[in-house]
Order: sequence, then C-alpha cells, then structure tokens
Amino acid sequence: MSDAAPTASTNVSARDGNVGAAVRKVIFYLTIAFMCLMLVLPVIAFFFNAFAFRWFYPQFIPKEWSLQAWERLDLIPPEGERTLANFIALWLEVPDAVSALWLSLSIGAVVTGISILIGLPAARALGLYRFRGKRIVEFMIITPTIVPPIAFSLGLNINFIRWDLALADAGIPLDLAGSVVGVAIVHLVPVMPYVVLTLSGVFANYNADFEAQARSLGAGPIRIFFDVTFPAILPGLFVAGLFAFLVSWSQYLLTFLIGQGRVITLPMLLFSAAGSGNNAVIAVLSLIFIAPAVLILLVASRYLSGDSSAVGGFGRV
Amino acid sequence: MTHLAIRGLSKVYAAQAAPAVDDLDLDIESGSLTALLGPSGCGKTTTMKMIAGLLKPTTGDILFDERSILSIPPERRGAVMVFQNHLLFPYMSIAQNVGYGLKMRRMERAEIDRQVAEMLELVRLPGMEDRRPKELSGGQQQRVALARALVVRPKILLLDEPLSNLDAHLRFEMRDLIRDIQQQMGITTVFVTHDQEEAVVLADKIALIFDGRLQQYDKPLAFYEQPSSRRIAAFFGGVNFFTGTQDGDGFTSTIGRFSVTRDGPADGGILTIRPEDVRLSEDGETNTVSGTIDSQVYVGTHARLRVTVDDHTVNVVADADVMKRYGQGDRITLQFPENKLWILPAE
Repeated sequence: MSDAAPTASTNVSARDGNVGAAVRKVIFYLTIAFMCLMLVLPVIAFFFNAFAFRWFYPQFIPKEWSLQAWERLDLIPPEGERTLANFIALWLEVPDAVSALWLSLSIGAVVTGISILIGLPAARALGLYRFRGKRIVEFMIITPTIVPPIAFSLGLNINFIRWDLALADAGIPLDLAGSVVGVAIVHLVPVMPYVVLTLSGVFANYNADFEAQARSLGAGPIRIFFDVTFPAILPGLFVAGLFAFLVSWSQYLLTFLIGQGRVITLPMLLFSAAGSGNNAVIAVLSLIFIAPAVLILLVASRYLSGDSSAVGGFGRV
Repeated sequence: MTHLAIRGLSKVYAAQAAPAVDDLDLDIESGSLTALLGPSGCGKTTTMKMIAGLLKPTTGDILFDERSILSIPPERRGAVMVFQNHLLFPYMSIAQNVGYGLKMRRMERAEIDRQVAEMLELVRLPGMEDRRPKELSGGQQQRVALARALVVRPKILLLDEPLSNLDAHLRFEMRDLIRDIQQQMGITTVFVTHDQEEAVVLADKIALIFDGRLQQYDKPLAFYEQPSSRRIAAFFGGVNFFTGTQDGDGFTSTIGRFSVTRDGPADGGILTIRPEDVRLSEDGETNTVSGTIDSQVYVGTHARLRVTVDDHTVNVVADADVMKRYGQGDRITLQFPENKLWILPAE
C-alpha cells in the first residue's frame, strides 16, 4: 500500500510534508476500502441471492425475499409446514448439502491429520539439518504446486484403477478409485507442500538444544515432544493445519477425477449447481462453503497476528 | 562425588576428514572444577556433549567412578548440562523450570516445591517461583539454569561457557556463586570455554585442547609459568619468544645469552618470558639486554612497552611510573630474572 503513496522528498517544507502525509493517508484508506469491497461484495451478493425472490434488473437490492432455495436443498420445510417436527424429519433424512458438508469436513480433518503426521518429520529434517541433496528434496516437495493437478491426477487415477483390479484378482477389495479413501489420499498431494514448507519455516527458527537440555535433565523422547517441542511449534502447527484443511476443503478437480462422481463433497455439489444456473441455490451452497473457512480464520486470527513463531512459517511460503 | 575418566576418546564427524576429538585421555578428580579450554572448533563442546550422552563417541570410553557409562542414555546418566544461552523453557514458570528434572524423577509435588525453593535460595533468587523466564535478566536466567541442573544432584555437572554471556561485574558474581555452590555440594564439574581468563578464574585444573588433542592438563598457574609449547604460551598471552640453543645452565638466543635456573625440555629451542616478568634493570645486574623504546602505551593500571633489541621486539608490562622516566626513542636496559625465564621446545 505504501508503494502507491507519493514519497515526499527531504527538502520540502513542513506544510508540503503534511499535505504529502494526508494524501498518503487517503490513498492508504482508499486501498484498504477497495480491498475490503473486493472481498466482501461477493459475499453480500451471495446473501441477497440466497434470500431473494425474483431479483431482476434494475432492482439494486431485492424487493421480495424468500427461502425457496433453502427449501429446494431440503434444508427448510416448505412454507406453512415449518414445524419443529417437520424440521427434524427433514434433517433426519440428511439433506444432500449436509452430507456433502459433513464429508468435506471429514476428508479435510483426516487429510490435515495425516499431512501433519507425514510433514512434521520432513519439515524438521529440512528446517534443522543440512544434508546432501536438500535443495532437490525441497524442490520435489513444492512440485505439486507447479505441476497442473490434472496431469498427476489422471496418472494417479489410472494407477489406482490398476491396483484395485490387481488386488481384486487376489481377492482383496481395495477400491481406491471412486472411494473416500482414494480421494483423501489424492488430496494429500496438493496439501503436502503447504504443510512441509510452513513447518520447515518453524523449525528453521527452532532451537533443538532445548530438547537436549530436557533430555539431560532426565526426560525421555515422548516427554520431550510434549513438554518442549510441541509447545514451541504449536502456532506453526496451527497455521500448517489451517492450510492443509483449506486446500483439501477447496479441491474440486481431484475429488471429481478420483472420486469418479461417487464421492460428493461440497465443491462437487456447488459445481453441479453452478451448471444448473439457479443463482439462489448456488448462493446458498456458496454460503455453506464459505462458512467454515471464515469461522476458522476468525479463530486463527489470534495466531496469525502478533509476533508468534507462526509468522516464521509464513516467511518461507 | 564422582570421578570422571576419559579414555582414548575420539569423535569423527562424517563430513570432516580430521577428527573433532582425537584420542583424548583425562582424569577428573571427584569434586573438582575443571575447564576444557580451547579456541572455537577445538572439540571441547563435542567432548562435553559426549560426556552428557548427547553425542556418541566414535571410539574410546567414558567412566564415572571406574564404570563405563556409554551404554546409559543421557536421561539416566546423571550428567546434567547447562547450555550457554540458559535455555529456560519459555512456557514454564521458574519453579516449573527448576523442578523439571525432579518431576522427571517422579518426585512428589510437595517435595519438589521444597527443593525448588531451597535451590532458588542457594542461587540467590528466593521467591522467584512464579515468574516467567522472559521477566528475568540474563544473569538471573543463568542462575535459574544452574539451579535447574543442581537440583537433581547430578553426578557430573557440565557447564557450557558459564560466564561468557555476562557483563564484567556479573562475571565475578557468577564465578563466586559457581565456586561456592560447587564446593558446598561437592559436585564434579566440567566446563567448556574459549576464554583463558574464564578458565583461570574458575577452574582448579585446565585441560587445554587444540585441534581435538589434549595439549596440557594442569593447574591454571602452570599455563603461565610452565607452558609446554609456544602455542600454549601464546594462547595464555605470551608474546616474547626468542629462538636459540641451550647450553649448560644458559640459553643463547637471538638477543643474547641468559642464565636460566629452571629445567626446560631436552629439545629446548625457544626462550620465553612473560611481559609482566621483565624488569627495568638497575646497575650491576646480570641477564640484561639494552634496547630502544619503540612505543609505550598507558593502559590504566600499568604501561605496555615495546622495546627493540637487535631488531627483535621485547614486550614489557611495567609500572605506570616508567612513563615519567622514559620517552619514546630512549635507550632502556631490561633485566630477565633467571627464575622467570622458561624454555620451550623448538618447533
């Protein structure tokens, strides 16, 4: 933002300096306002769309409101039948949007957990030690962010199918292709770079002598992890987990290809709704899609601001 | 009270050709305070980490009271290390830090509290239990780190550069504290330092290490009076070295012949005298040389002179008075007391 502000030269008078400062301030706030608008406007549009009834040009905001889209998604009983019993009956049948939300959350949680379990040792090695071929390993880890997802996911899909068939012949039903397990595995591919890079940044600022000190005082490896390592890397773990979850949460292509249309996560529902062209339904699904991300960010803001070691993680990404 | 013995200890790192520690033999008496001294990268910290169990030796053995401890993991070895930068656990209070080792030994809560309070008293930080490490000054953190190590009553206490992070006035306070507590508790203590002054003021004995090899293991004074090589003498501030040959009770050097009373090595080839041992000569003395004052610098408590004798420089530390009597370029006669001259092996 400061780049856009005019820089006052050193020999101007104090009055000119004040004007310069004022102009800089205005530009600063305009930039902030613009950025906020860019982020908030679409969400406002979703809100209008989700609750509007026949919202046409040239109405600036909708004249009539309704919950039609919510009814269409089986989230709310039709008008006139909105009793508690009907609500419960409807939700007991688990609306598609709810099951998709639940599936997305589950896959996201599992992928986050596994990615941290795999990423933590790798990040520690990259952050703390120097070894031959380290640059190559680092490059390999970020390749998923460079290679187009369609390239590796098609290859993976073919291999998943091949393994499934081979193992089915041997009497073992693996079924990676078209299954939730297969989708979770393939989500790990784009997730791992974020996790490893974030955590290796944390370990780059980490003093392993603390572990040696605890050991010297009589702590075993497990105590050391929970007493020393874990508290030190917790903010970084939080950020890495956040990345992992959000990257998994927003996967469409990988879920579509590997899930073969049988694993219906929230993005799958959203994309098919987008094809149908019903703006109200799209808006409702979008709101559901955004909600967890916003919630997590609100919780995380405590960790993302301030001078916690998590910021060290951002430095490397 | 534990006797520490190091036998043929070596450590070779994969990435380096030269061993970091090379065939080290050392006997550290129980209850003593010993310095491992050497320039950075000489292998002293590697040695200490091997004693603590944080590094595995390539060859050799380490014995506590004649029993090898190499197979005992560091957390049960009883050799506790205090790192140079304190390393207090930032998420714990001072009491939790000091009590950490006791908690690992599954001691009862009340007993931990009692011992922690007692130990904080001993390091002169009573009532600091509930503070956080970052609320303490560097010197206070150092003392907490010391208390944290001492509270578990280690067999061997290992200190990494215990005085080097401290201001001048704190250094003496910490030195006295370490000496007092060490003697009071009788814990065999080994510390590592690159600073010869730190080693001299603190240690009973100094093991001087260059390039992973033990050079000399002696009382501090011996390194000033009887260094065993020119390099050792230079490390302890020796600057006057004159090559020559020994003959009978004398030594003929590049700046003249001097009589020497102390026995030197068989292959003696260098005569040395500490600058503070050189005297300004009065008439009728032997072992004198004359030269021209090249420079003189007043350094507060005394004066440093550089005197040129036959193209060789003799460094002298003298009373500040000398500056009133002599000026730059003046002729001066110096006297080398027989019992202060020391012969080093030829190189």
